[in-house]
Amino acid sequence: MKIGFYPGCSLLGSSREYNESLKAIAPAMGLEFAEVPDWNCCGATAAHSLDHQLAFALPARILALAEKAGMEELLVPCSACFSRLAATRYELQKNADLRKEIIDIIEMPYQGTVKVSNALEVLCRAAAANLNGKITKPFAHKVACYYGCYLTRPTELATCKRTEDPQEMDELMKVVGAEPIDWAFKVECCGAGLSVSRTDLVAGLSGKIIKDAVHRGAEAIVVACPMCHTNLDLRRDAIEAQSHERYSIPVLYLSQVIGLALGIDPRTLGLHRHHVPVRFPDAAPNASADSKKPELQLSGKDD
Amino acid sequence: MPRIGVFICHCGENISGTVDCAEVAKVSAEFPGVVHSVDYKYMCSDPGQNLIKNAIQEKKLTGVVVAACSPRMHEPTFRRACAEGGLNPFLCEMANLREHCSWVHEKLPATTEKAIDLVRIMVEKVKRNRPLFSINVPVTKTALVLGGGIAGIQAALDIANAGHKVIMVERQASIGGHMAQLSETFPTLDCSQCILTPRMVEVAQHPNITLYTYAELEKLDGFIGNFRAVIRKKAKSIDEKLCTGCGVCFQKCPNKKILSEFNTHLGTRTAIYVPFPQAVPNKPVIDREHCMYFQKGKCRICEKFCPTKAIRFDQQDELIEVNVGAVVAATGYEVKDTDFFPEYGYGKYPDIITGLQFERLASASGPTGGVIKRPSDGRIPETIAFIACAGSRDPAKGISYCSKICCMYTAKHAMLYKHKVHQGKAYVFYMDIRAGGKMYEEFVRRTIEEDEVHYVRGRVSRIYDRDGKLVVRGVDTLLNAKPIEIEADMVVLATAMVAQPDAEELAQKMKVSYDENKFLSEAHPKLRPVEMNTAGIFVAGACQAPKDIPETVAQASAAASKVAGLFSKDELSREPVVAVVSRTGPPEFSNCVGCFLCESACPYQAIEHEEIKTRDGKLIKTVAKINQGVCQGCGTCVALCRTKSIDLQGFTNEQIFAELVSL
Repeated sequence: MKIGFYPGCSLLGSSREYNESLKAIAPAMGLEFAEVPDWNCCGATAAHSLDHQLAFALPARILALAEKAGMEELLVPCSACFSRLAATRYELQKNADLRKEIIDIIEMPYQGTVKVSNALEVLCRAAAANLNGKITKPFAHKVACYYGCYLTRPTELATCKRTEDPQEMDELMKVVGAEPIDWAFKVECCGAGLSVSRTDLVAGLSGKIIKDAVHRGAEAIVVACPMCHTNLDLRRDAIEAQSHERYSIPVLYLSQVIGLALGIDPRTLGLHRHHVPVRFPDAAPNASADSKKPELQLSGKDD
Repeated sequence: MPRIGVFICHCGENISGTVDCAEVAKVSAEFPGVVHSVDYKYMCSDPGQNLIKNAIQEKKLTGVVVAACSPRMHEPTFRRACAEGGLNPFLCEMANLREHCSWVHEKLPATTEKAIDLVRIMVEKVKRNRPLFSINVPVTKTALVLGGGIAGIQAALDIANAGHKVIMVERQASIGGHMAQLSETFPTLDCSQCILTPRMVEVAQHPNITLYTYAELEKLDGFIGNFRAVIRKKAKSIDEKLCTGCGVCFQKCPNKKILSEFNTHLGTRTAIYVPFPQAVPNKPVIDREHCMYFQKGKCRICEKFCPTKAIRFDQQDELIEVNVGAVVAATGYEVKDTDFFPEYGYGKYPDIITGLQFERLASASGPTGGVIKRPSDGRIPETIAFIACAGSRDPAKGISYCSKICCMYTAKHAMLYKHKVHQGKAYVFYMDIRAGGKMYEEFVRRTIEEDEVHYVRGRVSRIYDRDGKLVVRGVDTLLNAKPIEIEADMVVLATAMVAQPDAEELAQKMKVSYDENKFLSEAHPKLRPVEMNTAGIFVAGACQAPKDIPETVAQASAAASKVAGLFSKDELSREPVVAVVSRTGPPEFSNCVGCFLCESACPYQAIEHEEIKTRDGKLIKTVAKINQGVCQGCGTCVALCRTKSIDLQGFTNEQIFAELVSL
């Protein structure tokens, strides 16, 4: 299935591995991505906290470009971008005056025909249709599926059904052989955009999430958002400093987990780019016996 | 030739302040048909009324127009005066010179001209008035009470004690309702069952009350004083005459693991069961969905052991038709279940319970014998959290109203817990404390001050489990407005009080209106609180809106007094302003072609089918007929009738057109 693709800034920078892993699993999932030509910034948190018009104009331009390129559906892997694009489409559909205003600003025709989809919904759909029989290396670990805020809020835009206890990612993880744990922090706040300005707050909030996941026996946290990944992975040192605990639990994008289960090489999936090394102590007997097996021992310092 | 009298009232200065009444009288005297026209300072006063009476006799008037205030104010006064003067009261009409003219216009020549027009219109109408006579309908002096909770019990006893017959219909196997489930009642802490059960017994033994339990209303039609109800008596699978209530059957029943509805699923019952030991009637029913014989075709153990051979597996539902004069709807409420709350785990934690479940835990006759135990492991909770407004006052959850009783019962629960578990810690999360009621505020203060319950003003955003404890995470909006986390062993949600799941269906059966929350609507929120907009149907208790026991009882007694008032006469008299279908001689018999568009449009279901037959019984045609007892005179059918064969008495098409043409 051919589908529009909007990478946004994260997928070219701090979360390149999300981009790489999505592209790596696409053929097996029956997906073909077509990038939106000449795309721009979605505005993220900055625009909509400062300028109401700009907050809609930026995503509207992206949607108009996708429309022009003849796309019917647009995959927006970054949850923050997804939220902005989906919110813009929703608002412009509801409010004709605003739509006119925004069309004047972007100086492009806009119909609102492009469906905005996040990675979780697209991968769930693709997995149901295409994954049957392709799982060669089941990801046999206990995983904590972490949805974060943007996939479940606001409820008007939520694509998950039980917004306080979503199940979609858990079901997808079962398909690739993982064992999702029942835990309490699936939709808690990770600290999001305060990652840079208030690292102390992020350390506290993300620390709680990691603590609960580890406490309940998870071996990995699975995410679908670059921001969540940054806070749970890149900010691990700050989390450990604040909580006086050490946590070795890795944080993986759901596309990386699917990739591993499909037997794709870890480097292709960008696992080496993580700050917290992707290692599974439970797999130790095998791993020590075969020291050449490099796949799950890559540290993230070489790139 | 018509002889019309016109009487212009000054209403002190209310009318004469802006309208030249003498001029109106002078001009009116010249209208065709008017033989008498005067103005007077207060037409409603005795001398004013005498003016009318005398004129009727002296001038032999055939119609009267009183140009004064709104007919809502004094039409009955002037119609009575006309009747006393010897004129049919419906030959008197009012022109509203006050609300429609003098009060809303300034003192200008145009104001007087408008007043003259208003009089002219009414003169043209009254020329075409026909004498009408009040409609009398007989009253069946039996009341139907739907629901056997405290509301229904109170209403039934009051009506029965006033000397009238009552038929009570209760859908459960016993009467008692939710009040029978409660432990102790606020603010006096008297035992709920102890004060309720004598009333239940009184209902069962009252010579004027016929009780149908395990029964539901199937159908209701008719009108005030003359309803016809069909009651479905569900098959109890026992012969009630033979059963002595000895209880051997449910002791022997092998299927003992069915969750008890009466014990809010915290206890179990058998397939043949009485809901609780004090049930009225104290005779069991067989729950066919769980009975092994009905499900698998074998067992019949109860039948084998029954000493009086009262078990009837082949019993069928029975339809009973009754005639009643009034209906009291007292069908009660439900509470939201814990699975309604995603943020509190979608009902997956057994130790998060509803307030109603806590009542059963605290009740001496409950599944734990009154000991507060966690449903999961039976441990006595050392820390307990109560959350008020669970669902209520939350438009995002679709329940924007206040459930009214939760503040009080939460205070009571916390107090009962502290009385039973002295070392325990109790927290109450609340938005506001609404303790309006006699001794209510004092009761809440006692909970806080004497029983040392910690009241935290703030909402709870999430509850999750951690190592066997329920972490209750909320905010304390007082004291520095800090997030707060409590590790509780048990959480009680004061879940919202909602209408019965089939409230809408019942309202439609009774043809009464209900609000957006499916609570039944009273006729007027202040002045007609127990009547419904369908005459003869009354409402009591929480099926109308959330309310506590004292309020429910007060409303039930009020409804009963309305019924007793209705039953105090043998016949009801009502205004003849009703629609009629035209009838002519053969061969047409009526202009009505029997399309029955009127039937679907009538908001009161007053249209009936009438068959016109030849003497030997052959059907000629079917035409519409309006039930004069039910018709409210709204005129919808008149407007809709394609052959103009319906007319509204007192407001005929001829009269309305004459009014328009006269302008």
